[in-house]
Amino acid sequence: MKHFTIKTAFAGVAVLALSAGLAQAAQTDITVGMQLEPPHLDPTSAAAGAIDSVTYANIFEGLTRFTSTGAIVPGLAESWDISDDGLTYTFHLHDGVKFHDGTDMNADDVKFTLDRARAEDSANAQKALFAAIAEVNVIDPLTVEVKLSEPNGNMLFNLAWGDAVIVAPESIDTIKTNPVGTGPFKFSNWVQGDKIEITRNPDYWGTPAKLEKATFKFISDPTAAFASVMAEDVDVFTGFPAPENLPQFEADPRFQVLVGSTEGETILSTNNKMPPFDNVKVREALAHAINRQEIIDGAMFGYGTPIGTHFAPHHPAYVDLTALSTHDPELSRKLLAEAGFPDGFTTTLKLPPPSYARRGGEIIAAQLAAVGIKTEITNVEWAQWLEQVFRGKDYGLTIVSHTEPLDIGIYAQPDYYFQYDNPAFQALMEELNATTDPTKRAAMLGAAQATISKDYVNGYLFQLAALTVANAKVVGLWENAPTQATDLTAVYWED
Amino acid sequence: MGRGGWVRAALSSRSFMFGLILSLLFLGAALLSFFWTPFDVARLTISERLQLPSAMHWFGTDHFGRDIFSMIMVGARTSIAVALVAVGIGMVMGVPLGLAAAARAGRLLDEIIMRGNDLVFAFPALLIAIMITAVFGASAVNAIIAIGIFNIPVFARLTRGAALSLWKRDYVMSARVAGKGAARISAEHILPNIANLLIVQGTIQFSLGILAEAGLSYVGLGAQPPTPSWGRMLADAQTLISLAPHIAIFPGLAIVFTVLGLNLMGDGLRDLFDPRLRRARA
Repeated sequence: MKHFTIKTAFAGVAVLALSAGLAQAAQTDITVGMQLEPPHLDPTSAAAGAIDSVTYANIFEGLTRFTSTGAIVPGLAESWDISDDGLTYTFHLHDGVKFHDGTDMNADDVKFTLDRARAEDSANAQKALFAAIAEVNVIDPLTVEVKLSEPNGNMLFNLAWGDAVIVAPESIDTIKTNPVGTGPFKFSNWVQGDKIEITRNPDYWGTPAKLEKATFKFISDPTAAFASVMAEDVDVFTGFPAPENLPQFEADPRFQVLVGSTEGETILSTNNKMPPFDNVKVREALAHAINRQEIIDGAMFGYGTPIGTHFAPHHPAYVDLTALSTHDPELSRKLLAEAGFPDGFTTTLKLPPPSYARRGGEIIAAQLAAVGIKTEITNVEWAQWLEQVFRGKDYGLTIVSHTEPLDIGIYAQPDYYFQYDNPAFQALMEELNATTDPTKRAAMLGAAQATISKDYVNGYLFQLAALTVANAKVVGLWENAPTQATDLTAVYWED
Repeated sequence: MGRGGWVRAALSSRSFMFGLILSLLFLGAALLSFFWTPFDVARLTISERLQLPSAMHWFGTDHFGRDIFSMIMVGARTSIAVALVAVGIGMVMGVPLGLAAAARAGRLLDEIIMRGNDLVFAFPALLIAIMITAVFGASAVNAIIAIGIFNIPVFARLTRGAALSLWKRDYVMSARVAGKGAARISAEHILPNIANLLIVQGTIQFSLGILAEAGLSYVGLGAQPPTPSWGRMLADAQTLISLAPHIAIFPGLAIVFTVLGLNLMGDGLRDLFDPRLRRARA
């Protein structure tokens, strides 16, 4: 009897080992969870970062592209020449690049894309990226000449954005629901409210993707996100919304946790035109009432880097200005009294859904209450936030993370939602755009950071961490998020 | 039955006493919270977050380092205030409607009132609440109005049903013969005789109101932060359950025991008021 049992056990182990081996060898598909579903799939006509999270580098490619470290490398343009005066860029395109519908990608498409993006009636969310372009000329099918009206040191960086990916005139009418790009993956299916599927492009011009199929699943609720990763329903979750759960994943050998940096400056946005925030003393008081570390610990469970200005700390030109706004409730009360509010005042605090805003908001409300500023908290959904705060400017304070790379230029737009109007800063930005010399640029960026920091335009809180939870066997994911992207081109499963 | 008989009957009903004590406990906690709580719920101490229950923090601390015991006390205030006003709205609007419908039974006014009731009843209660808060914004006041509105038909129906049977009674007949008008009869003869029913129903609705408030706050449509609310405490605890279960358990238990207490009290009151049972006891 004993003999028989052992034999059975051996057989069982053998079967188990066999099935495990089969399962391991077969995995060429991946399911990626993310919180927000894109409104549509055209990155060149909307600001929604969720569009880039799905399409960037997977479906669409630009002339240049970001790597995971934020460096700019060639994309569809194999190489380029820049004239000595910095006004003419000549891009040499890769040969044999085809769109997913089989048509060739050539210089005409590049001209179409850039002209469309910078046109009067363009719906591009980042038109400023193309503002320096004077004309785009097709030299031959594989050569494009971009002429600038003034030198722009950021041109190659600008062209790497998701808003500058190359699209074709043939497929532009249906791009929002059926995106046709040049990338290593093709769009295959979209179940609204649930998932988007992409499959490998067999005719890809470059190194083909290792995965055959990828599914993006949209899970907005943090609890559901946690459960879906734990149950291994999703293999990867980018922008994981519940930082408090990360230690659990770290302790579990089934998972890996990637903590990187994003371009997301998380700020207490202040309506600079609305009294009493039009008084710089009040804004300074606000800045000194805030305890950044408490917000990072309380809202993000320690994930995040304190910032003192609207700039990413990993950027070489970053200047640490946190000392300008140290936590000092005494000073804050004094400044409020000087500004004519010895007893504080009441304002609104509108909070969008992410936990950095909802939790951070409650903490900030308590910190402001300690110096006498009372806040009426309203939790709003993203659609309401865009309508009331971003477009309507109907708010006193709000908390949001600005995830675009190198976006300090928004402070030069007086009609931007925080309504900061400083002609000196606007002139500085214009000068910066016209400067190509890296050293001078860095100095100007430093000056720009100092200006907004000393004007206390917004409350500068922390740089959002890029939190990714993934199956331990998944290799090749981006750790940092230099732009909104889920680049799956080099991702594969380890045996 | 005299006053003494009432007390004796109440004392001998174990479930009623249990319900009464639980209800009074939460009412007391809510009232006490106006004057004193162990800790200030508006102050966040991040460094002391997620502490387990201890001698200092009886129910532990939440993710902001707030004392959960204090938050439950203040949360009781929110729950009770919302439920009380909501039941009040239901009674003040519903009872006169029901009385009017019963007085004009079978006629046009009755039809209008009761079909209107059906209309409100046809919508699931929480759906009305979500609709109202979606239109007018999320706040405790709108939650009160929303919960109050779905209380109206409950009281209107109950009142009409009970009043209809009373209208056939001899003493109502004699009041009519004596020349009293419908409104006066409703106020002087009908209402006092259905008051016990209304109190029992009020208690039940009160507990449902607390549940509704917790539900609305849970989905973010009730009292807004930083006002503590049991429902939102649960929502906040959701992602932290595996890390610190106590921050979900205590507000959960608070809701369970309050609703249980009110229901037991309501049941007990019904038994006490029921004339048949009263006779059996006597």
